[in-house]
Amino acid sequence: MGRYVARRLLQMIPVFIGTTFLIFVMVRTLPGDPIRALWGDKAPDPTQLAALRHEYGLDDSLWQQYLDYMKGLFQADFGKTVGGRPVSEILTDAFPVTIRLAIIALLFEMILGLVLGVFAGMKRGKIVDRGVLILTLLVISIPVFVLAYIFQTVFGTELGWITPTVQDSMNVQELMLPGIVLGSLSLAYVARLTRTTVAENLRADYMRTALAKGLPKRRIVVNHLLRNSLIPVVTFLGTDLGALMGGAIVTEGIFNVQGVGGALYQGLVRREGSTVVGIVTCLVFVYLAMSLIIDLLYAVLDPRIRYA
Amino acid sequence: MTTIDKTASAPSRRIEDDGKTPLLEVRDLHVEFKTRDSLVKAVNGVNYSVRAGETLAVLGESGSGKSVTAQAIMGILDMPPGRIPQGEIRFRGEDMLTMSNEERRQIRGRKIAMIFQDALSSLNPVLSVGYQLGEMFRVHQGMSRKAAKAKSIELMDRVRIPAAKDRVNDYPHQFSGGMRQRIMIAMAMALEPDLIIADEPTTALDVTVQAQVMDLLAELQDEYNMGLILITHDLGVVADVADKIALMYAGRIVETAPVHELYKRPAHPYTRGLLDSIPRLDQKGQELYAIKGLPPNLTRIPPGCAFNPRCPKAQDICRSEVPILHPVTEQDGTDLPGRGSACHFWKETIHG
Amino acid sequence: MPDITKSSAKPADDVVTATPDTAIAVAAEPARSLWGDAWRDLRRNPYFIISSFLVVLLVFIALFPGWFTSADPRDADLINHFLKKPELGSFFTADWFGYDNQGRSIYARVIYGTRASIQVGVGVTVIVTIVGGLMGMLAGYFGGWLDALLSRITDVFFGIPFLLGALVVLNAFTDRSVSVVIGALAFLGWTQIARVMRGSVITTKQADYVVAAKALGAGTGRILIKHILPNAMAPVIVVATIALGGYISAEATLSYLGMGLAEPTVSWGIDISSASKVVRNNPHALFFPAGMLTLTVFAFIMLGDAVRDALDPKLR
Repeated sequence: MGRYVARRLLQMIPVFIGTTFLIFVMVRTLPGDPIRALWGDKAPDPTQLAALRHEYGLDDSLWQQYLDYMKGLFQADFGKTVGGRPVSEILTDAFPVTIRLAIIALLFEMILGLVLGVFAGMKRGKIVDRGVLILTLLVISIPVFVLAYIFQTVFGTELGWITPTVQDSMNVQELMLPGIVLGSLSLAYVARLTRTTVAENLRADYMRTALAKGLPKRRIVVNHLLRNSLIPVVTFLGTDLGALMGGAIVTEGIFNVQGVGGALYQGLVRREGSTVVGIVTCLVFVYLAMSLIIDLLYAVLDPRIRYA
Repeated sequence: MTTIDKTASAPSRRIEDDGKTPLLEVRDLHVEFKTRDSLVKAVNGVNYSVRAGETLAVLGESGSGKSVTAQAIMGILDMPPGRIPQGEIRFRGEDMLTMSNEERRQIRGRKIAMIFQDALSSLNPVLSVGYQLGEMFRVHQGMSRKAAKAKSIELMDRVRIPAAKDRVNDYPHQFSGGMRQRIMIAMAMALEPDLIIADEPTTALDVTVQAQVMDLLAELQDEYNMGLILITHDLGVVADVADKIALMYAGRIVETAPVHELYKRPAHPYTRGLLDSIPRLDQKGQELYAIKGLPPNLTRIPPGCAFNPRCPKAQDICRSEVPILHPVTEQDGTDLPGRGSACHFWKETIHG
Repeated sequence: MPDITKSSAKPADDVVTATPDTAIAVAAEPARSLWGDAWRDLRRNPYFIISSFLVVLLVFIALFPGWFTSADPRDADLINHFLKKPELGSFFTADWFGYDNQGRSIYARVIYGTRASIQVGVGVTVIVTIVGGLMGMLAGYFGGWLDALLSRITDVFFGIPFLLGALVVLNAFTDRSVSVVIGALAFLGWTQIARVMRGSVITTKQADYVVAAKALGAGTGRILIKHILPNAMAPVIVVATIALGGYISAEATLSYLGMGLAEPTVSWGIDISSASKVVRNNPHALFFPAGMLTLTVFAFIMLGDAVRDALDPKLR
């Protein structure tokens, strides 16, 4: 087990370096010069311009810049914006909001998705199953910004249950509706995945054995069927946390949630490379950490998996 | 040897066995499966019975309906698509097909238990062996988790799994094939049922292990005086352990007989064909006999005797009339108890 | 003859273990192939009929928008048409769906917007299937260091959040034409197919008939093309069809955020974005492009679903 973790961590290093480097290159090769932009329409003073460039390391080679950036990362230094604000400050403002939002979305998709999926899987081909399939198909098909507008209009403007936009981004109650919108796409996937694995496991030989043992139905479903069916679903949910955080940008924009998406968008518009790199680096980190946790969790859930 | 029965609905009637009512009696059982575009007639009027302490071997090729019959007895058929349009399954004289689901569940595992062919896939891969064994005691006898575990270890000892105490928390995949099948047997034996149905219990095992597992099964059966239905396609396995044989073909019983008589004097061309296709030492060097043709498609069972397209002795009547299970007698008309053949020409086959 | 129904047509979902059908042993069935079986199944599946009809219709609209409307989607008449309400009775005319806040016919824009969406969807899917399929096939078939290398590269791209990554890439371009958007989405999107293909090839590689072909001395190229590819393709096709819908949705999202397609290209995403500013007073300006977008994504995902059901013998 310990050796496995060590090996996985070693494997993650090139992926982490590769991903951050890729994003670094993508951002640094953006056209437009944030330093030059400080002068607006006025002609910049060449010496001052060069000095600022030097201060931000923008006159170094790309490799040098990346190395410097990684060095900083080890001391939790994400660099600073052209305005002089440390990027870590932006991150600590934005991430707690988005993490809350993503967790709400995750809980929502998990609870409802599992319930729908189990019912559909057990009644495969019946009306419940068909209903769930069509519903999930519809949810997958509606782009998230359309869904956000529908929810905002119906629950905010028409019914007045909520304020159409979020006032306090740290208020969990206000984040409920955006969270549901954010989680709806994954909800459909969770429901479908659960349905598939439940339907498959229903036909497994050990289910027949459980029946032949004279176990009550509830026990068969909960202790035998679900215990097996949930393994792939847990995997999906684990990797989805990172995806939800990365995909929150649209939802956050529409509901005025001051999270990672907004910060990234601002960073892109203002050509603040270090903000963009910082955010994406954090998201990559979340993704890698979650996939490691899921792998380890797998061993707990499925004794057949052995780590050598 | 008393079982503790906490639920009143199914009292143990082991003592009442007077030897007259068979433990289990299957009468004119039909099972069919409705698939999207066809009706598969898997079982078409099966009759057999088992007494306490008796072993009935049900033989047949895959698709002959032997497993489906067993699943119908256990009440674990998938319904739908499965359907039992007619027939009776009497356990101690009571028709189980008319019982409520709850009554049947009380019988499953406690009174009638089943051993499946592939123990690896038939045991739940994510639950420990001890848990799966202990479940029997916890569910049917309301034992505590701890007591159930102790019973599981005891059971594993009974089926001679070495170091049972250390292995009780292991998972099915950590055992060898033979050991896994012992666990399946232990699970079936757990509540000392009256009847055990073993569906090809040794097919997935190595030949050397097969004998050990069969011996264990026979020994336990003897000890508890259980009825045993042994489903197999292997004539060799049957000879040593069975008391009587029912041979199935296309969802019907084509021949029944006490075990040694069947080997000596088959009364059905299908039985004869099967016996002739066993390799024999005294016929070394000769070409092995094989029954020509394929088992019938169960959606289109041929009219008349289902075996007629493959039968070397088929006549016109075989293509038009379904033969009943004729009682088989000696040439002089003396009764041969327990023998029957569903062949229009059984006389010629056995005496000719 | 190899029994190709045995090759598991495994969709993207994680699948636990194969379970043999226990109860019914049907003897002497005529031999059928996976694809033949699937086709027989599909022809009778109402979901397939509806979705393929929609897809064909959408492709026609994309190819020949002029057949469906005579109005010009860029024709702006603020004075006469500003946010004019739809006239739902006047079928196929410029007035049908009303007008947007620049006085342009929403019906014409919905029709002409189809082209960009279909172009992006199909374009990205084709590139992604070729690139990802090739990577996955090489990694899966040859294994060893090549697999390790390609898998790590896949991991690197997979680690970048799709939408955010696409935003960053597209932000680098000032002229964001259809091909730029296709390139950006394909750049980040190929990993999914690569992973599916790799898994599928590994499963197929171990199939008895591939081992048999190898034992008979067939060359690597022949084995890959003749034996592995046809049997490993099933899950890839399913994933690609469903992903196509996803790419269309992604394009609309990016355009909506102002980082995707840009005027004068007609795109539903842009229209939804501009309509969202007047949604309170004129929901129709939002409703029609959003509805059309949803319908399009719906059609492709439903098609993928139907194909998956047909190709996955396990769940039949």
